[in-house]
Amino acid sequence: MASKKDFVKFDKVDKSYDGKVLVVKDLQLDIAEGEFITMLGPSGSGKTTCLMMLAGFETPTNGEIYLDGKAISSIPPHKRGIGMVFQNYALFPHMTVYENLAFPLRVRKIPKDEADKKIDKALSMVSLQGFAARMPGQLSGGQQQRVAVARSLVFDPQLVLMDEPLGALDKNLRESMQYEIKHIHESIGVTVVYVTHDQSEALTMSNRIAVFNDGKVQQLSSPDELYEKPVNSFVAEFIGENNTFGGEVSDISGGKCKVKLANAEILANPISVKGKGERTTVSLRPERALINPSTKMDNLHKGKIEEVIYHGDHTRVRINLLGNPEFILKVPNSSSNLDIKLGNEINIGWNSDDARALDPK
Amino acid sequence: MSSEIKQILTTDGIPLEVSLKKAERKNKIKAFLLVAPLLLFLIITYVFPIGDMLFRSIDDKMVTQMLPKTFKAMETWDGQELPEEEVFAAFHEDFIKLVEDKREGKLSTQLNYTKNGFKSIIKKLRRKSKSFEEGNYKEQIMAVHKRWADVEYWRAIKRRAPEFTSQKYLKGMDMYVNEEGKIVSVEEDRRIHRVLWLRTLEIAFFVTVFCFLMAYPIAHLLATLPMKYSNLLMICVLLPFWTSLLVRTASWMILLQQQGIVNDFFVGIGLVADDNRPEMMYNKTGSYVAMTQILLPFMVLPLYSVMKTISPSLMRAGKSLGGTPFVAFWKVYFPLTIPGIGAGCLLVFILAIGYYITPALVGGASGTLISNQIAFHMKSTLDWSFASAMGLMLLSGVLVIYWLYNKIVGIDNIKLG
Repeated sequence: MASKKDFVKFDKVDKSYDGKVLVVKDLQLDIAEGEFITMLGPSGSGKTTCLMMLAGFETPTNGEIYLDGKAISSIPPHKRGIGMVFQNYALFPHMTVYENLAFPLRVRKIPKDEADKKIDKALSMVSLQGFAARMPGQLSGGQQQRVAVARSLVFDPQLVLMDEPLGALDKNLRESMQYEIKHIHESIGVTVVYVTHDQSEALTMSNRIAVFNDGKVQQLSSPDELYEKPVNSFVAEFIGENNTFGGEVSDISGGKCKVKLANAEILANPISVKGKGERTTVSLRPERALINPSTKMDNLHKGKIEEVIYHGDHTRVRINLLGNPEFILKVPNSSSNLDIKLGNEINIGWNSDDARALDPK
Repeated sequence: MSSEIKQILTTDGIPLEVSLKKAERKNKIKAFLLVAPLLLFLIITYVFPIGDMLFRSIDDKMVTQMLPKTFKAMETWDGQELPEEEVFAAFHEDFIKLVEDKREGKLSTQLNYTKNGFKSIIKKLRRKSKSFEEGNYKEQIMAVHKRWADVEYWRAIKRRAPEFTSQKYLKGMDMYVNEEGKIVSVEEDRRIHRVLWLRTLEIAFFVTVFCFLMAYPIAHLLATLPMKYSNLLMICVLLPFWTSLLVRTASWMILLQQQGIVNDFFVGIGLVADDNRPEMMYNKTGSYVAMTQILLPFMVLPLYSVMKTISPSLMRAGKSLGGTPFVAFWKVYFPLTIPGIGAGCLLVFILAIGYYITPALVGGASGTLISNQIAFHMKSTLDWSFASAMGLMLLSGVLVIYWLYNKIVGIDNIKLG
């Protein structure tokens, strides 16, 4: 099957609720067929609005959304054939699990024996065989969530939307459901648009992640790229942990730049700075900085340990470095030979490639 | 098996159950003391009056006590022929005593309930009895008026012998015990109560239906509108609650009368001719309109409280799964509002069935309900026992409806707020 690159296409979509504030600004987004794409962002960033526009519960103020090449703004939600999993499951409480799953099949007038087969298949997909006669109220949160997933898939939609489906579950269950949803996606190849504010969920599950902020997509890329190569300081801040230095570019040459801090100078990788004199925020992942590096690194500075927090598999060390008292280091607990004690002065080094000079905060 | 389970003891060796009871006794007493005032209040204001009403409606001691000797003498009378002299003598003795106490008027009222015509012959008997000679009272009494020589009237007296009677209840259903002691209906043209019962049920039913039809969209709007609008709407719904019932009914009189605003409007837009203004008051229409308006909040509030709990995502889920808006409403939303519908309908129906002021003011002759008849007997005829009997029939009717509702829908399905 030749998968389409723009199975779902947001074309210059704006959305405003009150005519004063744009919740979604000029959204341009292509989703390929069979892709698992996550809209990630803080609350109020417009990601759920995008999902609701796609589902048909909100209409774009400007622009058009295309599904499989067809403009869908004027198609009512029940004719779009999009499966949807809601934040609070939205199972029909007065119907059994079977009836919940039969609902989309009945309205499509699918004969009963065929419907029964589909329901069986959907229930076994979420390993809930034998639960057909239960009422939703008799199920645990995780089971309800599975029923909701099964219901959104039972009528074989090409596209499934999930609106923070795991938000109400506890941590362990959430993690196992993440894998389960990922596996279901892989096995049936349906296109999934997933909305969450939980970055680890997004990183775990998605093919691509669209980071939303302030009504705009800040970065759209694969999880690893998003983490390793954030394009602006919002993304760097929002995804994972991040050490920052604010400063001014003093020199830029040969794919490197010098950034002048209050009382020091560091080397960084110029991402969104073009010339001398620009303000910038340098972003560095905690695991990219090493204590007493054995290999040569082009940034090497002294810092004072302010706090040591034991985390089981690793230790977090807070260091006052180059005027930043919040500099965090993650030290694996296997490297026990290091002299990590409160108040000690230590050498910290990193490569300038990993220090990304982004837009100023 | 369970008998073999050892009794569980606390650390101090007291059986656990005993210890638990002891520990909780104090709380139980506290809880009881807290509800005691309400319990007392309910007993005084609810249980006693209803008990008294029940008693009054079947109590027939008054006549029994006024004619004790007569009824004793009548015990052996078979009711076929006129009674013997001893009955007349006993009646005379009782009657003289009543006249001395000036209570013969009450006797005539009571006997007149049983059979018309007693009033005048008792009055006559009182006058004549002053000049009665001793002995042979049968002749003398029969000579007072020809009705005293009619066995029917003596049978009527005998029917009042028991201390308790169901005749008030029968009367409430337009029935009575005839001369042969059978329960029969009164003549066609004198049946007033059955019509009233049926009309009460009919009006209560339709008022419930109208209330439901109007309240459902309002409640839905209330539950789904943003806070600032729904609060305003809620005030509009509740505003009637804060206005006197009398004022509201009176304003309907202003609106609905023939020269009233509604009629003026209809004439103004040419819907009806000026000389042919419809009567919208002092008939059923008046009762329907005013009662529906007044009882509307009782339907809106339970519906609202149920709809408020229905997540809007359920309707969305219904639509996203392919249901048209109507299917989503009918299969998903509507079934979930049934507890509210049940509560609202039950509430409105029960209130409507006993409604009094509004039908009394705007109902006219064809729009009055059974409660107006009860009030009439309380205030005008002073036949309190009959009023009590009808009140109890109304109460038991309500209980029957409640029971039916419980059977069909289930009372635990109800949600009042």
